[in-house]
Amino acid sequence: MASAFRTRAGLALSRERVRGNIRRAMDGLVAKRRAAFPDDAELAQLRDQGQAIRDHALANLPALLEQLEQRCRVNGMQVHWAADAAQANAIILDLLRGHGAKAVIKGKSMVSEEIGVNAYLERHGIEPIETDLGELILQLGNEHPSHIITPAVHKDRAEIAALFNRHFPDEPCSDDIDQLTALARRVMRARFQGATVGMSGVNFAVAETGTLCLVENEGNGRLSTTAPDMHIAVTGIEKVVARLDALAPLLTLLTRSATGQPVTTYVNMISGPRKPDERDGPREVHLVLLDNGRSRIHADPELRATLRCIRCGACMNHCPVYTRIGGHGYGTVYPGPIGAILEPQLQGLQVQGELAQASSLCGACAEVCPVRIPIPQLLNRLRHEHAEGPTASQSPSQSASPASSQSVPIQAVPGGHRPGLQGRVWRAWALLHASPARYRWMRRTIGGMGGLLDGPFGGLLGGLFGPWTRSRTPPRLARRGLQDLARQEGFADD
Amino acid sequence: MSARNRPDAVMVFGTCLIDLVDPEAGLAAMRLIRREGIRVRFPQAQTCCGQPAYNSGYRADARRVARQQLAALAGDEPVVVPSASCAGMLRHHYPRLFAGTADQALAEALAERVVELCDFLHRVLAVRLVDQGPPVTVALHQSCSARREMAVAPAAAALLRGLSQVTLVEPDHAHECCGFGGTFAVKEPEISAAMALDKAQAVAATGAELLVSQDCGCLVNLAGTAQKAGLGFQAQHIADFLWQRTQP
Ligand code: SF4
Repeated sequence: MASAFRTRAGLALSRERVRGNIRRAMDGLVAKRRAAFPDDAELAQLRDQGQAIRDHALANLPALLEQLEQRCRVNGMQVHWAADAAQANAIILDLLRGHGAKAVIKGKSMVSEEIGVNAYLERHGIEPIETDLGELILQLGNEHPSHIITPAVHKDRAEIAALFNRHFPDEPCSDDIDQLTALARRVMRARFQGATVGMSGVNFAVAETGTLCLVENEGNGRLSTTAPDMHIAVTGIEKVVARLDALAPLLTLLTRSATGQPVTTYVNMISGPRKPDERDGPREVHLVLLDNGRSRIHADPELRATLRCIRCGACMNHCPVYTRIGGHGYGTVYPGPIGAILEPQLQGLQVQGELAQASSLCGACAEVCPVRIPIPQLLNRLRHEHAEGPTASQSPSQSASPASSQSVPIQAVPGGHRPGLQGRVWRAWALLHASPARYRWMRRTIGGMGGLLDGPFGGLLGGLFGPWTRSRTPPRLARRGLQDLARQEGFADD
Repeated sequence: MSARNRPDAVMVFGTCLIDLVDPEAGLAAMRLIRREGIRVRFPQAQTCCGQPAYNSGYRADARRVARQQLAALAGDEPVVVPSASCAGMLRHHYPRLFAGTADQALAEALAERVVELCDFLHRVLAVRLVDQGPPVTVALHQSCSARREMAVAPAAAALLRGLSQVTLVEPDHAHECCGFGGTFAVKEPEISAAMALDKAQAVAATGAELLVSQDCGCLVNLAGTAQKAGLGFQAQHIADFLWQRTQP
C-alpha cells in the first residue's frame, strides 16, 4: 500500500504541465544563482562567513533573544513569545481584535503559513489579504505555496491569466506579464487603502539594535509594514543574529542564492513605530517570536544546524526530487530538502518521517546551501532515529526561548523507532553480509539460480525489488562472483 | 600512505553490487592496476561496505557488516574501489559510523587508505592508455558520489579523453542525480523512475552509443530504464570499458 506521501508524490508526478512549469523555473533559478556567484573562492568564503554568523547566533540563542526583546522594547516595539502555532495565532487575533480590525494585509511570510494564520483568522471573522503577487494568485486559487520564495511557481502565465479573468471579470487581461502585473497592482492598491493592520515575516532580527530586516521585490512588504496603523511581524526564534554588520554578508548570500539578485528591490529595516515627530509609519509594532519546536531542535548539537537556514530556497531549486514533484508533492509548508529535514523535526517522525526518505542523498542541496547545512547527513540522522530510536548522545539542555518551559532532557525528534518488517529485513541482510562464509553461500546460491533478480529469491528480494522492475528491465545476475573470478585470475587473497 | 605516491601493492574492494551483477568490471579494475606493474590483492573475506543499511538509518546493522570489512581490509596498502559511492562510504562515513566505538581508530585508518579507481589510475598512477578500439561516442554519467562526495568525476573524464578514438559527450543536466540512490529507488520508486527516465532520455539525446560510469548502481538503474523505454544506448562500467578499449 502506498503511503500518503507516495500517493501525493505520484499525483504530482502525473501533472505534466505543473512539472514542466517547475522544471523550467528551477532551471532558470539555478542559472541565475550560478551567474550571481562567478567566483568559487569568494563564494566559499562567503558561505564560511554565513555559517559562522548563524552558528554564533544559535550558540548564543537564549542570550541573543533576551537582548533582542530588550532592544526592541527600547525601540518602542512590543514583543510576544509564542510556544506554538496556537499561541501565535491567539496573540495575533487578540492584537487584531484590540485594534478593531476586520481585515489584515499580509506580506509574504512562511512562518504565517507554518502557523496557518490565514485559516485561523478567517474562522474568527477576520479577512487575511495576501499582497505578494504569488500569494495573491494562491489565495485566488485557494492553494498553498509550492515554493518558499516563489510560492506560485507551479502555475504558468496562461493559468494565472485565466484565474484573474475569472476573479476580475470587469478587467479582462491577456497572459502578457505587464498586463498581469498591472492588473494585480490595481487590485492591490485598492486593498492597501483602508487597511489598518499589516502583517509580515522577518528575514533577520538584529539583537544589538532591535532591528527587523525584511527583503522583498514588490514593495508590498514595505506597504504592509508602514502604511497601516499597526504592524505585526511574526518570525521563528532562530532568525536572530547578533550584530547589524551580519546583515551584509547574509543578505548577499540570501538574495543571490534565492534569485540570483545582488540585492532585492526593497530592503526594509524596521526599528520601531512612528516617533512623535514623524509623520508616517505604524503607531504600533509587534514582534511575535515563535518557538513551535525550535527549542527542541536547538537542544540537539547535530540537528541544530537545521536552524541555520536562511530560507533562500536554493536547496529546492537544485533538488532533483523537488523539481519532479514540486512543493505540493511534499504536502508540507516547507518543501524540498529543507522541508525534508525540518518538517519531521517540527511535526515528529510519526507524522512526517517519510519525508526523510524522499531523497536520493545526491548532495545537490548541501552543495549550494549558503550556510552549509549538511542536509544529507541530517537526513541520515533522521532515518536513523526513525529506524532505531533516539541517539543516546543528547545532552539535557536549557530551553532556548522563554516561551518554552521545557528544561529537562528532551527527545530531539519525537516519534522515532518503528520496529517491524523493515527492521527484520535489515537484520537478515546484516546476518548474511557480516560473515564471509554466509556471504559466499548466498553468492553461490544466487549464482546457481543464474536467472533474473525476480527469481526464486523472491521471498526476500521480491518485496524489496518489486517496485524497481516496473520501470526498469532488471539486471542479469552473474553466475560467478568476483571472488571466483579473482582467484581464477591469480589475484591473491593476501 | 599518501595517495600521491605510487604504491607497490594495493587491495581492491570489489563491492557487492559489482560482485552480483558485473564482476567483469571488478576484474577489469584489477587487471588495469596489475598492468601498471602493481601487485593487486583481492581479500576474499570482503562482502559489502554496509551502505544500504547505513543510508536507511540502520546503523547497528551497518556497523555489523562494516566491521567485517575493517577485518577483511586490514593492512596498509591503498584500498582501490571501482565505485565512487562505496569508496565514499568507506572514506567519509566509516569514521562517522564508528565514532565513539572501539573500532574508531581502525575505521579512520581504513578511510585514509581508500581511493576510487579512476582517481587512482589518473591521479596516483598517471596512466597512459593506448586506445585500440574503433571510433565511438561515449557519454559519461557522473554519479553524485563521484562528483560531490569524492570529487573524482574529473578523473574519469580525463581517462576517457585520453582515448584517441573516443568522443566524449555530456548529457543535458549532467549534474543531476539519476534517481538510483540505493534504497531510494525501492522506497520511492515513482520519483526514482521519473528521475531515471529523464536522465536516460538526456543520454539518448546526445546520440552516444555507450554510457559509462564509475558507479555500477547508476548503470543498472539507467541501463534498465533505457532498455524498458526502448532507448538505444548500451551501458558499461568504466573499468570494463577502459580495459576492453586497451586490448589489442
Ligand atoms: S537549507 Fe540552505 S539552501 Fe535550503 S533554504 Fe535553507 S539556507 Fe537555503
